[in-house]
Amino acid sequence: MIELDHVSRRFGEQLAVDDVSFAVERGTITVIVGTSGSGKSTTLRMINRLIEPTSGTITIDGKDTTAVSGEELRRGIGYVIQGNGLFPHWTVARNIATVPTLLGWDSAKIARRVDELLALFSMKPEDFREKFPHQLSGGEQQRVGVARALAAEPGLLLMDEPFGALDPIIRAKAQEDLLAVQRRLGITVVLVTHDMEEAIHLGDRIAVMDGGKLLQYAPPAEILAKPAPGFVAKLVDGADRPFRLLSLAPVSSIVEPGTAEGPPILETATLRDALSELLWHRRDALPVTAADGSTRGKISLSNLVAHAGGAA
Amino acid sequence: MTDASQTAAAPVPLSARLDRVGVVVALIAIVGMDWQPFATLKPNRLVSGQGLGLGSALPTFWAAIGIGILSLATILAVLRTGARLRLATGIVSLLMLALLIGLVPAHVVPPDNSFARVSPGAGFWLMALAFAVLTTDAIAKLKLGPLARLLLLAAAIAATALILGSGHWDGLSILKEYATNADKFWREGRQHILLAVASLAAAIVVGLPLGIACHRHATLRGVTLPVLNIIQTVPSMAMYGLMIVPLGLFAASFPIAAQLGIRGIGTAPALIALFLYSLLPVVANTVVGLAEVRRSVVEAAEGMGMTKHQRLMQVELPLALPVILTGIRIVLVQNIGLVTIAALIGGGGFGTFVFQGIGQAATDLVLLGAVPTIALAFTAAVLLDAVIELTERRRL
Repeated sequence: MIELDHVSRRFGEQLAVDDVSFAVERGTITVIVGTSGSGKSTTLRMINRLIEPTSGTITIDGKDTTAVSGEELRRGIGYVIQGNGLFPHWTVARNIATVPTLLGWDSAKIARRVDELLALFSMKPEDFREKFPHQLSGGEQQRVGVARALAAEPGLLLMDEPFGALDPIIRAKAQEDLLAVQRRLGITVVLVTHDMEEAIHLGDRIAVMDGGKLLQYAPPAEILAKPAPGFVAKLVDGADRPFRLLSLAPVSSIVEPGTAEGPPILETATLRDALSELLWHRRDALPVTAADGSTRGKISLSNLVAHAGGAA
Repeated sequence: MTDASQTAAAPVPLSARLDRVGVVVALIAIVGMDWQPFATLKPNRLVSGQGLGLGSALPTFWAAIGIGILSLATILAVLRTGARLRLATGIVSLLMLALLIGLVPAHVVPPDNSFARVSPGAGFWLMALAFAVLTTDAIAKLKLGPLARLLLLAAAIAATALILGSGHWDGLSILKEYATNADKFWREGRQHILLAVASLAAAIVVGLPLGIACHRHATLRGVTLPVLNIIQTVPSMAMYGLMIVPLGLFAASFPIAAQLGIRGIGTAPALIALFLYSLLPVVANTVVGLAEVRRSVVEAAEGMGMTKHQRLMQVELPLALPVILTGIRIVLVQNIGLVTIAALIGGGGFGTFVFQGIGQAATDLVLLGAVPTIALAFTAAVLLDAVIELTERRRL
């Protein structure tokens, strides 16, 4: 667990981060979202002490981050930045091996780990090991960047606008990859973005920052349904807000007993998918099935619509 | 299809069939061949001589072959031809010139006359320049890799050594000067290289850390670079002169310094002056090279937990290396030239022959100093350019 306790950072006269406190649960994804100058990147960098807080304390699993040197702390925390920051004069393998080498792992163990990570990101080790970053596509560079950050098996991964430089299709793929890897490894992720859509899609919890202040810290459904008045409300306001909200919950959350006619919907699909199916097939209700094909009940349009709104 | 055939049928303008560099090469070569003496014959080493055209300088057979081949080469140079053919033309022409000039002494000097001197004339030099331009232009057009260029350089050095070793040029005046100065030539050559390389080494040892410090501290950078800039603007002659008094006083007050060979004149002031000139390119290029390393790369290195030192050695310096090497190339080529002037204050080097030659009005002795200096500078430039390109390959 990461805890920020009344953390502030001042640059000269300017208060970049103003008395921010929040806690991140182990094994979850927390997204800090805000415009540029909101203090989101500064907050992230204070966690691995690339920037030292002016006041306040940060603890990771109960240990104050200032208990060890900045370098030692950072070697234990994965770090991914926009534009990946791969070392252009090193091969993919050498790039991924950066932290293990700094930690003094033996070369056989490092080689094994590099191959393991390349395979995890669906890159054939024998094809990619000896390539240089400029020989990779943008998406591949991004994946190598994340693989490098995970090389020494950190429990915590910090990501600063990691998908900012990618085009939309590769970006969506990279987000899915991250979710899959995070679930598989059970690591804690703190990610910074200016994109609310990305925050809602990836975050277990979202921290909205503006002008150095933490305005709201809540799960995405709450941010959408009950945004803090002012900046957060403006940020989530938009024609597609009900659909965003529906995309957060699975069909299984509102399944009703009974049966219905029409093509069945998987219980793991999102409510947004269910709405889309209901509208397309002109039905008031559709049957719900589990992955093995057994019937679980039905989902009705009226019940679904009741879940798509904010506070009455 | 109709479009293409119409284009093909249209008359090609004359300018499109001519090579622009080739036209310049041809003009220089024609002036050299037809209007300037190929060689100069002097009754002895000091008096001025008489110019000889290709026809009178060489036996008829060789004159005909020479004029034929060089004329053909001139025509090939003007026309738009492939880079490989141009390279071959340039190399054959240069070898032809090397062969022809060596034949002149035996033809124009009676065997029992040991005072007469034959030296290459303006015509020879102009043609050599023209075909050297043709050759280097062809090499540039071929876009050869660094290793291929090094191979060509090695071949050129080997060819020159072979001709010199064969004795084919021994009748020429410049080699007669060499024959009487052989020991001194190699001694001054060593001194020349030593001065150029030692001052460069000192500049790297001091300049690299200074450049790194300047990169990190804006205030230091703001002071250092302007000071080095001012040093760079001091004329070399004045710089050597300025060294004499302080170093002389230094030696006079510290006998140990004098025993170590530090005096107002000689090697010490030459080294110091060259060192001072070398600092700016080394420091400035280190600063620029480090500043050009992408911000995200440095930040990633820091975020991975590298210490300041690890970041510098593993990431920043390797990435800045090509730019730093460019500075070192500038310094080495510049120093090889500047060492020549160090001879004025007793620093030695090939400049010794240049100034001796000027004093005696013996042009051939001047050439004995100047030609190897140019060859050294050229070799250093090609060598370091290749090294820089090799280090750049892995850079984004």
